[in-house]
Amino acid sequence: METPVLVSELSVADGLSVSTAKILIADDSNTDRLLLKTILIKQGHEVVVASDGHEAIEVFREARPDVVLLDALMPKMDGFEAAEKIRQLAGEVFVPIIFLTSLQSTDSLVRCLDAGGDDFLPKPYNSVILQAKLTAFIRMAEMHRTMQSQRDLIVAHNDRLLREQEIAKRVFDKVAHSGCLDADNIQYSLSPIAIFNGDVALAGVSPSGNLMVLLGDFTGHGLDAAIGAMPLAQTFYSMLEKGFSLQDILREINEKLHDILPIDVFCCAVVADIDFNNSVMQVWNGGLPDCVLYRALDSTVIPLKSQHIPFGIRDSDSFDDSVDTFEIQVDDRLFLWSDGIHEATNSDSEMFGEERLFGVFEENTKPEQLFDEINEALADFLSDKTISDDVSIVEVRAVSPGDFRTSQSGFIGSKQAGPRDWTLKYELRPETLSNFDPLPMLLHILIQVPYLRNFGGQIFTVLTELYTNALEHGVLQLDSSLKDSPVGFDEYYQLREQRLLQLQEGAIEIQFHYKGTDNGGNLKIIIEDSGDGFDYKQFDGDLHNNVRYSGRGINLLRSICDSIEYSGRGNIVRASFLWGDSQ
Amino acid sequence: MNTVQPSLDFDALKEVQGVMGADFPLLVESFFNDSVNLLIVMQKSIDESDVESLRQAAHSFKGSAGNMSAITLAALCQDLEGLAFSGTTVGGGQLITQIVAEYKQVKAALEDI
Repeated sequence: METPVLVSELSVADGLSVSTAKILIADDSNTDRLLLKTILIKQGHEVVVASDGHEAIEVFREARPDVVLLDALMPKMDGFEAAEKIRQLAGEVFVPIIFLTSLQSTDSLVRCLDAGGDDFLPKPYNSVILQAKLTAFIRMAEMHRTMQSQRDLIVAHNDRLLREQEIAKRVFDKVAHSGCLDADNIQYSLSPIAIFNGDVALAGVSPSGNLMVLLGDFTGHGLDAAIGAMPLAQTFYSMLEKGFSLQDILREINEKLHDILPIDVFCCAVVADIDFNNSVMQVWNGGLPDCVLYRALDSTVIPLKSQHIPFGIRDSDSFDDSVDTFEIQVDDRLFLWSDGIHEATNSDSEMFGEERLFGVFEENTKPEQLFDEINEALADFLSDKTISDDVSIVEVRAVSPGDFRTSQSGFIGSKQAGPRDWTLKYELRPETLSNFDPLPMLLHILIQVPYLRNFGGQIFTVLTELYTNALEHGVLQLDSSLKDSPVGFDEYYQLREQRLLQLQEGAIEIQFHYKGTDNGGNLKIIIEDSGDGFDYKQFDGDLHNNVRYSGRGINLLRSICDSIEYSGRGNIVRASFLWGDSQ
Repeated sequence: MNTVQPSLDFDALKEVQGVMGADFPLLVESFFNDSVNLLIVMQKSIDESDVESLRQAAHSFKGSAGNMSAITLAALCQDLEGLAFSGTTVGGGQLITQIVAEYKQVKAALEDI
């Protein structure tokens, strides 16, 4: 039969266990020592004893008691000296020292305190007073221990945090400020205020040779602001490399950040896709202040306003990937910045502001100095360099396709491996045409042939050009001459959108025929659309005019491909590439 | 021999007995041993005019006498400690005589218990 345990017994036992300790008694009087030891043991404490100052120090060193009861006057070494030594030995640990004394003069009591005593216990001993004092000191020592271990924990955590941030920063800087930011036509400056900068600048070149630039500003600062940069950069580069469209990349970034980031962390960003071949720029601005397109021709400043909610807030269904499209000319300049530049605050608590920023453009006489002038104006304004946010500025200058160079490395692959002899036929019907971009997938198939990876960019350009012609002029029946005027340019893209949405019939068939040898090969691309075609015979002649807008880019294609042939009613086009011993 | 006041505070002593339980005789024996030693030290200190030694011994005797509830003895020891603290052993002999006499009474009273 079990003995029932009473709650009151439990609480008494707990109370005792909390306030018991290992206690050192140092007293030369055997009588007093014996009495005190007996009292303490009865109260549940563990007791160690010494009969003079020297012995007290030795016993303390070995037994490490929680509390020391010290007689003031002892032979060999008195209590005052012993107290000082014990304090030194205890170091950071708080060991209460209580003097056992019947000393009466105030001077003697002051000496006890000077020597490091915390309290006195008079003789004759009173066990109630003794217990009250011990309970208080044991509690105090426990609190001291807790405080110290928490302090040590905080120090350790802080050290670790700094170490981790240091490592993370190195990774972050590689990821977040990467790609082809070093291209000749790009200038950028990013100034971090914390170990981590919430700003991200990315730039990369698509397989078709478009330059895509992203400037992002995550909410907050530090690690939580930087953590989203990893998936952002990874999505941006991997999709860009595979040839996905700006819209697809915007959607994927938004979805990824929406899925990953906590609800209060999001990313304001501006993304620009610059097609140097066709002199077109598409911009999406979600939550950043007005960025700027600077026209070289007439020095006008076109604000690129935020039209969207930042990345990471909306789910895919309500995300808006519509972009603004601009025609661009060589030497036009794109300026991207985060709100850090507007909010940069000087010592008078004034902000730099949009007015000062746009003032730089008004006063500017040499466009090539704009970037430096903005930075100088900001530095002058701040003077003492107190920057209140991350100030990030990126400038991209429009160049002619031939002048666009970056050090971004291409694909390198073995020429021997990969599929040798194959044909692919792929037919796209209206529902697919209106909402699916087949080009990344097709390019992915083509670059399975290692040799073709080296020409990925050129092949993608040809494929894009031919597919766009088939879709826009063939299936959608858009008139390319519309693009001759800026107004028509906008109308063209509006019509394109509209007709794609309403597409009920039409089809495009894409065929690849590939045959490789050990040292060469040939690739034939055949694209047939359901449209009315066009009078291709008129282009057989020497026709350089308006190649860019209305010539279906035929001259460009001819410069890349070994042959371009139209057939049927102008709705079938064959492009071939030959290389190595197949030429 | 006339005792002006009781040598022992019996109420206080009862508490000490309560705390010590079966070990009370041990405590008494320890007190007797300590006391004999201290009386010898005190006498020697006075003979050699060793103020510091006298002060320490008187202080120690005062403490243990107090703990044994021997209030008169403790008071006499405090007088002797005070004398030594003032820097002299002169007049100590007379106090020692009183202390020895009082100790004998305390010893007898404790042995009776």
